[in-house]
Amino acid sequence: MIIAPLLESRADFGETSGPRGSVVLMTRIRFARNLARHAFPGWAKDAQRREVFATSLAAVAGLKEMKKGISAEMSDLDELERQILFERHLISRELMGMKTGSGFVISRDQSCAVMINEEDHLRIQVIKAGFHFKKAWNVLNGIDTSLEETLDYAFSPTLGFLTACPTNVGTAMRASAMMHLPALVIGGQMEKVVRAVNQLGIAVRGLFGEGSDATGSIFQISNQTTLGEGEEEILKRLTAVLNSVIEQENNTRARLLETEPAKLFDKIGRAFGILRNAYVLSSSEAMNMLSLVRLGVDLKMLPVELRSTVDRLFIECQPGHVQYAARKPIETAERDSFRARLLRAEFEKVGTPDFNPRNDDNEPTATN
Amino acid sequence: MGESLKCDLCGKPATVHLTQIVNNQIHKLDLCEECAAAKGVTDPTGFSLADLLVNKPAAAETPASQLVCEHCGFTQADFKKLGRLGCPACYERFSPILEPVLANMHKGVTHLGKVPARSIERRTLLDRIARLERELTDAVRSERYEDAARLRDEITAMKEAMSGRPAVS
Ligand SMILES: [Zn+2]
Ligand SMILES: [Zn+2]
Repeated sequence: MIIAPLLESRADFGETSGPRGSVVLMTRIRFARNLARHAFPGWAKDAQRREVFATSLAAVAGLKEMKKGISAEMSDLDELERQILFERHLISRELMGMKTGSGFVISRDQSCAVMINEEDHLRIQVIKAGFHFKKAWNVLNGIDTSLEETLDYAFSPTLGFLTACPTNVGTAMRASAMMHLPALVIGGQMEKVVRAVNQLGIAVRGLFGEGSDATGSIFQISNQTTLGEGEEEILKRLTAVLNSVIEQENNTRARLLETEPAKLFDKIGRAFGILRNAYVLSSSEAMNMLSLVRLGVDLKMLPVELRSTVDRLFIECQPGHVQYAARKPIETAERDSFRARLLRAEFEKVGTPDFNPRNDDNEPTATN
Repeated sequence: MGESLKCDLCGKPATVHLTQIVNNQIHKLDLCEECAAAKGVTDPTGFSLADLLVNKPAAAETPASQLVCEHCGFTQADFKKLGRLGCPACYERFSPILEPVLANMHKGVTHLGKVPARSIERRTLLDRIARLERELTDAVRSERYEDAARLRDEITAMKEAMSGRPAVS
């Protein structure tokens, strides 16, 4: 397996502590870049695509950040490998379906991933666990500047970086935070938040049909516009919006804890029970249960060490990862029992949740 | 209430409803499950409402004339169909139809961000070398050998400067 080195060296899941990090699972910034005088991948002839692929691959693989990383053409990967990379947010669904002339380079620690000949010639992305736009930006900006030493970017002084889709032109930067917002979902506040955030030109991705929750209450919030504003300005605006969403999530948690503690404990307790005792679990049910248990950790009902385990399990309970862990081809039904077994094993190690409402003992109540 | 919305892309009953406000304009989109899946709406990592808006059939009515990019052969019809462009040069070719689209989906129409300084410097140098080479041909043709020698030296120096640049910082 080409991607085996990545699976053996675990990605960093450990930086999501603290009041902001507990809500933001990860931060990601990506730049879209194209080579001057070359047709965009979706329109290029095979020979042109291969030429761009070879030039880009050489430049990217030569980066110091990519030392000991892995690179491959999509045609070299089997279905399972593609699925696993997708579940780790390292490649897009679009790249998953591509073959010759498209590929990627991924750093060993999986914090940098470059897709070649996806929608654009290059999609350069940096991922950090927790809420870390500045760190991600510094790394990404450095990588981009190094690449530009050897690659001729398609750039217009008025329109900025030219991209296959006009929605990305300009900075060609998409910055996003993967946010865990269980209280806003339980409290029925999510639609209001989405509406407010949209007003500010910030997109929330997920399904918002009547009453339907995003799986695991995880939402990706990102800048929608890329032209007419500099990168740092976009990041500043996005950070302000994210901080206010974090604040609302935390306020809603506090309010639920105060007004409906029994409802909250029941949800978390049942989720814990299912993860510890179930024999069949679909990936979406597992995600939803893990989400509630993570909320339990944040509310100090479960040991804090469990948070990084949950963050790891969010990825490891996905179909591709379960299939990989099984070491032999298994069908969906079998996968659901394998997943349940995997989760039982993890949760047998955890003590029983402590459902003493924490505002009973140590929370100074503001009575007057 | 009870009124079922139709999918904006295919007309089947819609189950996914999206609302987004960009530049104070409200964009509403109703999709059926299949179109939502096909457009990647179910994939939280790869979905952009703006992409869908570009593709919306009613988004722009085509005038009788058709723009074509001479660099890559991309046509205005291709843009309407795909919502993407063919090559970097398309941006200039299609600017009459792109400008309103860009103004509608972004904060402004002028880039205010990072500038790839090396790419621009390199391109400027290449352009100057090309111009000097034309001048050299002229000088040789009109037997101005002193000018020709000077131009040749200049070109050599510029080419050396370019290739001597360290590849990695
Ligand atoms: Zn449809
Ligand atoms: Zn073109």
